[in-house]
Amino acid sequence: MQDKLEKLKQEAMDALDQIKDQDGLDKWHSHYLGRNSAVMDVFKKLGTLSKEEKPLVGKAANEVKVALEAASQEKEILLKAQRINESLASERIDVTLPGRRTVSGNLHPTSRTLREIYRIFGDMGFQIYRSREVENDLMNFQLLNFPPHHPARDMQDTFFIKSEEDREENPLMLRTHTSPGQIHAMQEHTNKYPDDPPPIRIILPGMCYRYEQITSRSEVQFNQVEGLAVGKSITFQDLKGTLSNFARRMFGQNAKTRFRASHFPFTEPSAEMDVGCFLCGGKGCSVCKGAGWLEILGCGMVHPTVLKNGGFDPEVYSGFAFGMGPERITMMRHHIEDIRYFWANDLRFLEQF
Amino acid sequence: MKVPISWLKEYVDITLPIEELAHKLTLAGLEVEEIRYVGLPLPENDKQETKISGIVWGADDIVVGEVREVMPHPNADRLVLCRLDDGREEHTVLTGATNLFSYKGKGALDTPLKVAYAREGATIIDAYNEDDPEARTTLKRKKIRGVESYSMACSERELGISDEHEGIILLDPDAPTGMPLAEYMGDAVLDIAITPNIARTASILGVAREVAAITGAELRVPDLEPVMEGDPIKGKATIEITNPEDNPRFVLGLIENVKIQPSPYLVQLRLKLAGVRPIDALVDATNYTMLEIGEPLHAFDYDVLVKRAAGRKPKIITRRAEGGETLITLDDVERILDDFTVLVTDEAGPLSLAGVMGGAESEVTPDTVNVLLEGASWNYVNIRRTVSAQGLPSEAAYRFERGVHPELAAKGVLRCLEWMRIWTGGTVAKGLVDEYPHPFEDVIVELTPEDVKRWLGISLSASQIAELLKRLGFSVNIKQNRLIVGTPPHRLDIGEGMVGKADLMEEVARIYGYDQIPESYLAESLPEQVGNRELELEEKIRDTLAGLGLQEIVTYRMTSPAQERKVRPPGEDLQEPAYLELQNPISAEKTVMRRDLLASMLEVVEKNFRNRDRIALYEIGPVFIPPEGSDGIQEIITLGICLSGNRNLPSWQISEHEVMGFYDLKGMVEELLSDLHIPDVKYFPESIPGFHPGKSTRIESDGRTLGFMGDVHPQVLINYGLPDRPLPAALLDVASLLEGVNELYDVNPIFEQPPVLEDLALVVDEEIPAGEVESLVRQTGGNILRDVRLFDVYRGEQLGEGKKSLAYSLVYQHPDKTLTDKEVLAIRNKIVKRLEKEVGAQLRSW
Repeated sequence: MQDKLEKLKQEAMDALDQIKDQDGLDKWHSHYLGRNSAVMDVFKKLGTLSKEEKPLVGKAANEVKVALEAASQEKEILLKAQRINESLASERIDVTLPGRRTVSGNLHPTSRTLREIYRIFGDMGFQIYRSREVENDLMNFQLLNFPPHHPARDMQDTFFIKSEEDREENPLMLRTHTSPGQIHAMQEHTNKYPDDPPPIRIILPGMCYRYEQITSRSEVQFNQVEGLAVGKSITFQDLKGTLSNFARRMFGQNAKTRFRASHFPFTEPSAEMDVGCFLCGGKGCSVCKGAGWLEILGCGMVHPTVLKNGGFDPEVYSGFAFGMGPERITMMRHHIEDIRYFWANDLRFLEQF
Repeated sequence: MKVPISWLKEYVDITLPIEELAHKLTLAGLEVEEIRYVGLPLPENDKQETKISGIVWGADDIVVGEVREVMPHPNADRLVLCRLDDGREEHTVLTGATNLFSYKGKGALDTPLKVAYAREGATIIDAYNEDDPEARTTLKRKKIRGVESYSMACSERELGISDEHEGIILLDPDAPTGMPLAEYMGDAVLDIAITPNIARTASILGVAREVAAITGAELRVPDLEPVMEGDPIKGKATIEITNPEDNPRFVLGLIENVKIQPSPYLVQLRLKLAGVRPIDALVDATNYTMLEIGEPLHAFDYDVLVKRAAGRKPKIITRRAEGGETLITLDDVERILDDFTVLVTDEAGPLSLAGVMGGAESEVTPDTVNVLLEGASWNYVNIRRTVSAQGLPSEAAYRFERGVHPELAAKGVLRCLEWMRIWTGGTVAKGLVDEYPHPFEDVIVELTPEDVKRWLGISLSASQIAELLKRLGFSVNIKQNRLIVGTPPHRLDIGEGMVGKADLMEEVARIYGYDQIPESYLAESLPEQVGNRELELEEKIRDTLAGLGLQEIVTYRMTSPAQERKVRPPGEDLQEPAYLELQNPISAEKTVMRRDLLASMLEVVEKNFRNRDRIALYEIGPVFIPPEGSDGIQEIITLGICLSGNRNLPSWQISEHEVMGFYDLKGMVEELLSDLHIPDVKYFPESIPGFHPGKSTRIESDGRTLGFMGDVHPQVLINYGLPDRPLPAALLDVASLLEGVNELYDVNPIFEQPPVLEDLALVVDEEIPAGEVESLVRQTGGNILRDVRLFDVYRGEQLGEGKKSLAYSLVYQHPDKTLTDKEVLAIRNKIVKRLEKEVGAQLRSW
């Protein structure tokens, strides 16, 4: 009987060697170890054996069964490893095919630039103040030290709003700059703190309008970011320092700045801040038109009359103000030649940001 | 302001290279926009801070030549041959210049003609290249009509002076033969942009004063005393100023027996380089003086005035025009005058538009013999209003509308009389008639070093400040460390009190040099940090929507009623809403401020749909509502979203495309509102103008309307020429969203007890909104029912007509214990009963 079992084991082992796949292994398993297999048959017939033979045969049969199970498991692991190797050897994808496209949205380029400006001035303690787009002559011009018929008005061609009432020297208009916000902000502040008002530090972003033919260089609407700092110890030196810091953060730590005398009715002294061209490093290129400098913003010390109109005593308070165009800055940074792209909303433009 | 360097050098020494000077002027606020070289050598370095143009005249190639005889060309009537000496030898030069024809065949000339002679090999502008006005040509030897030619007498066009090309340049007789032309009259012209506050620099002398202040060089003010050898002017004319506010000063001078002829060539050249066309010596003298010292002048034909006065002495009267009064100006246009226009008149009527343009009748002509010269000072407001009403900008008005100091009126007349005398040979009458009713009082301002420190941040001593101001012509007295500053008699821009101090401090900073002022950082205490909640919310919305695959756009805020009409289908809202209208629209498409963001957005869809299979846009911006009742103008910040086209982007992996519809947008809106933690959001079916009446909804939170959404009305799609597919759009009010935002929302704990999952299918009438069913399920389920999700909507025969089945998957979970089947069944039965009762729902039998 033991011989028979030994022979059976040898036969099963030989058969296992020949097996090539899982399917064959399953068949082998049911043939040699299944319910009706020869080994199981031995167990079934144990009862018919003598008392002496029974434990010996039982033990031998069990040994054969355990050995075959172990061999089967080993074979299974081997077969799995073979299958993995085969798939590694045969399966290939074209990794250069494009990936599955996900829909992704995007901010308008001006929104992106505005955010950078908010962030930088926010770090310096400037809060954001917004005001209306439809203004009157008083707010847009007169209180900013542009008297009626002042020649500086020529630089800001204005869209007027029809009005049924006769408004004489105070017509309604679309704001030509964000500067009327300075007056709103100062007046609100000095009304809130009539005695000894604390300092102001704000930026005023928003859409402005000028009566200009729409060309690649000029638009009827454009954003501006104005800034205003008022206090008892603010100087032209602070203006230079604050705006140079801004330039270094906006255009790179190596950005050089230059302040030129200029004129705005609501500041005095007034200046233009140029930044060393960050595209060519100041050597001269198509963006800076060979000059090595880019005009970035206008600025100056708040004019005493404007401080007064805002409710501050110019003998005690001083301040600085500045204004810049986020679209112009975006254009310079990305070599955009045509300002009309900004409101044309061609997705072929917007999707590039 | 175009400033020839040669002219500037008459009043101030300039040792700096021209580019360096341009740089310094630019930093000091006189922005040099361009340097045009006319003959002088160009700078050598590559980097050009200032734009540079122009032509160099080779020193050895282009010289003063002397034409000794003009001879006919043997083979061509329209050409002549010149016998010309270039200082080295004689040449035969061929030319077609018309201004030499009159000398043809006259033999050797008594007075040789001086010309600009370009030798063989010289480079000049190619006057015959019509495509490129800057094209150059180099003179080479060739035969023209059988006569050899290798050199040329040049026109102004060929030397880059002007466009004149009919005739050649005829230089003044004293031009030294053989001298390089660049040395004789080469120049460079600074084109300076003049801001309104420095109108005083709208003259060569004005710029020279700045140059002197900036460089520290001395200013040479020209001597203004003319040679006056005629009879006194007194008794030959009188002046009456009606309103000194309009006309603070009026000055007259007289020059008799003038001979009208062209000005010297060098004078004409300067006028041309400064952008003024030479006419004759008389007119040129007025323009030359205006450019030189900044006072616009006007010359009257004295004899015409006498004739108008019927032989008596003319009386000049200045007054406001009577409304409707007319005058023919010297451009031969009859002007109908406004009552704010100031006139120079005589007793017979208007003579000229004061400070703007002369009248035709009394202007000087080639026959004029005696000239009455006006120099005056005018109120800039009247000048501006007249210029704009008459559409008549002029060099004179440009200066007067920015302010000309009354002091210059007499100085201008004196200077101009002298030029007229020199260039026309007339005799200047002794003295002036000068009416100056209210002499201008120059402002005195007190300034201290503390003021300068407070405003500019720099510490300067009183004497340092005084030195800077004196360089600009201010008078300064220092008393106990206070500067008493007097403004010079050419400036009107210095105010009084604190304004005057600021005006002076600007001058101190400018001359000290903005670049010399150090940088510092705000020492002022940090103001209250209040943030800007509305803007922060807008920024959050931008991020959320971009994250949902939407592209932000920004559109024009000006539109026209016709364009907005397109979003209102016929039959709906026939009455046009009121608009905020522009008084001066720039075009027919931009006549009003928009009041419908959807119209702006659909224009963008229309523009892009041919290029894109999928369009998903949003915009945050104001719409403008005109005053209504007690409300003023409203600017309502609105969020618009619209979708059109395929849900997925085209790809090699996806072959079939589904078009986005209402529920795509609704999913996005839901996501946005949930991202903002806006509570209790409800959607009410509602018919909204511009939308499909059956596919639109009003959105509410806490009983407050947030906005609307729906599929855009099919007729609107047709109006925009858009394809026939759904175009869902939403319009939300940003202020209402802001009001609903809950920043302090609760976060639920995570329960470890196993949830019980269950499906529930209910059959209800078609009219019952799914939202109502779901809200009843949630309400009834209470806290134990953690989640309700609709997973199927089914309509079919076995349900019966007008019925639908809504299938929900429900999640039950108790915070503290494992729910038993019995407990779940109890809740479920409660839900079913409630739905049966309230909306007649039946459990669907599978």
